[in-house]
Amino acid sequence: MWDNLQILGVAPIFNVQLILNGVTVAAVFCLVAYGLALVWGVTSVKNLSQGDLVMMGGYGAWELARHGVHPILALIPVSAIMFAFGWIIYKLIIRRVIQLDLFTSLLATFGLAITIQQSLNLAFGPDVRTVESGFGQIKLFGGMIEITQIKVIAFGLCVLLAIAMVLFLKKSRMGQAIRATAQDPRAARVLGVDTDLVYAMTFSINAAICGAAGVLIAMIWVIQPFYGIAYSVRAFVIVTAAGLGNLPGVIVTALGLGVLEQYSGFVIGAQFQQATIVGLLLAILIWRQMTLLRQRKSLQ
Amino acid sequence: MKHRLQFKRVGCVAASAVALAFATMAQAKVEGDTIILGSAISITGKYSQEGKNASDGYNFAVDAINAKGGVKVGGKSYKLKVQYYDDESTPARTAQLLERIINQDGIKFTLGPYASGPTKAALPVIEKYKIPMVEAEGASRSLFTQGYKYVFAVLSTSDQYLAPAVDLAAELAAKNGKKASDLKVALSFENDPFSLDVRAGAVDKIKEHGMKIVVDDKMPRDLSDISATMTKIKALKPDVILVSGHTKGATTAVRQAKEMGVNAPIVAMTHCESAKFTTKFAGASEGILCPTQWAETLTYKDSLFGTAKDYYNAFLKAHPEYKIVPYQTAQASAAVQVWADAFERAQSFDTEKLRDALAKTQMQTFYGNIKFSPAGNNVEKPMVLRQIQGDKYVVVAPTKYASDPVVYPRKAPK
Repeated sequence: MWDNLQILGVAPIFNVQLILNGVTVAAVFCLVAYGLALVWGVTSVKNLSQGDLVMMGGYGAWELARHGVHPILALIPVSAIMFAFGWIIYKLIIRRVIQLDLFTSLLATFGLAITIQQSLNLAFGPDVRTVESGFGQIKLFGGMIEITQIKVIAFGLCVLLAIAMVLFLKKSRMGQAIRATAQDPRAARVLGVDTDLVYAMTFSINAAICGAAGVLIAMIWVIQPFYGIAYSVRAFVIVTAAGLGNLPGVIVTALGLGVLEQYSGFVIGAQFQQATIVGLLLAILIWRQMTLLRQRKSLQ
Repeated sequence: MKHRLQFKRVGCVAASAVALAFATMAQAKVEGDTIILGSAISITGKYSQEGKNASDGYNFAVDAINAKGGVKVGGKSYKLKVQYYDDESTPARTAQLLERIINQDGIKFTLGPYASGPTKAALPVIEKYKIPMVEAEGASRSLFTQGYKYVFAVLSTSDQYLAPAVDLAAELAAKNGKKASDLKVALSFENDPFSLDVRAGAVDKIKEHGMKIVVDDKMPRDLSDISATMTKIKALKPDVILVSGHTKGATTAVRQAKEMGVNAPIVAMTHCESAKFTTKFAGASEGILCPTQWAETLTYKDSLFGTAKDYYNAFLKAHPEYKIVPYQTAQASAAVQVWADAFERAQSFDTEKLRDALAKTQMQTFYGNIKFSPAGNNVEKPMVLRQIQGDKYVVVAPTKYASDPVVYPRKAPK
């Protein structure tokens, strides 16, 4: 452990590599978490099938790549297809559980997750798949630091998507309706907002975002029908750590966790990466609980 | 009156159900002229790819044996058939399903599941019921240290997987005027029984040669990202990199090593075949050493399939969806051959006689020589080390079986 810290001191250049890796990894997680936070905030459904929607997007890119479509171009059709899929799922399942208790919506989305996993397994087989973007590496500091172009592109796309989302929520009529519904669905309904349409829109946008994340993940890491769970868990960790309804917080938390994960992997070993993240989440929750307690006391 | 009638009817149904259950119990292991072998194997879940490789191997051997007239027991020819259940890649499920296979289906002869974890869960069950199992996919050393008597494994144990790579590194260092004890080794292994066994075998060898371990990371379990480990390896410039983490680990390692410009004179990984290195990572995987239980260029042969090469060609002809034949498939076929051989030598369907016959197995198959130690592992077949050269696997070690010289040091992929 101290040896590894020493490396960072003797050759600070590796800090750059760790931060670059962390930020680019986090950008993709950020997308998934952003969609989750949106759905959570607006419909209060905790979507356990988040990661499986990501895998669907990945397989979309893989299938299109087999037909000669470059995976970057696949972003558009895959997002569109996933948007439509999200709409169907909303009409078929989510709509029916939105008013019910937490447990029912958890069960419903868990069931959806299993259905997507098994369908992907039947359709594409259990192979670990990757999609090659064909992009090269960017070498910095005379080859000391190497990062793939696709990671940088993915990072750029994530930033673009996030900006587009913020603008959409702030400026467009639908965005305003989504925000209004998130604040108070009943009031929004009274004022003439079609909340059912808003819910459908929110879930579909989330599916489209997941689809886009899936395309990027297929190019950067690997996809497999059963690997969605990792992304679901990570998205939940980020959203919980950021705090509900805090969309800018999601971005900051995702990037912070991404970099922290790289450092813990480097310094104490890859086996402790996850433990660090979950440990940090625990600390944040305890800290938040304590500050809440203090507030309550001051109220009394 | 009505009540009594109803009572009688229920009684009749219950009695016939019990009778039927007994009848199937007695017959299920051998139905007419068919011997049923039972296997719980990964059809879904994280081992589903390897599980399919294995069950395809079982089926291929069963078909080949049946096509040649089946197995002769007591002057009568029997066909073989495998009854599969999906263990969802979960060891607990494997154990449940074996209970089902043995108790409900009445099957008395079993083939192993995929991977050491599920096999480890299966063994207590088969020991409890004294049902013999020939397994081909559980290589963990710990499977053969518990004193189990009903398991027979055709493959080499997992601690022998990467040990030859360490030996080779020492041998090559000596040839190039370097001391083996000066070599630095980086390890990246998944945290599961199989990979940790591979690690233990490699670490024993590393200590034997007095090499120094500079990186010793376990892969994060659910995430396919090892860039932190790769950064460390890049910083410390080891002479040997050893990786084992099933298909996902191999895919991730070969990809990220290339992306981050990480290389060493010796790079060895397990699961190159199932990660499809030569087709999916042509170039990036050049020069990587891959241990294998079996290679088609080996000189073993038997009367059913012919030589290793004959098996290879026949399997590819029957399964055009495969680019190469994974060793998981070959050893699964060999396990079925071991069963067929035991039936013919025991001339009985009695599980105790069959167990004894299995224990006395001594045969050569296309897959290798098979002779079991009292613990049940195969002691007659060594591991083979292959190197990817020009997108082809060539045997480079042990030198006795090598078809080509090793390319050393490994060149960084472009």
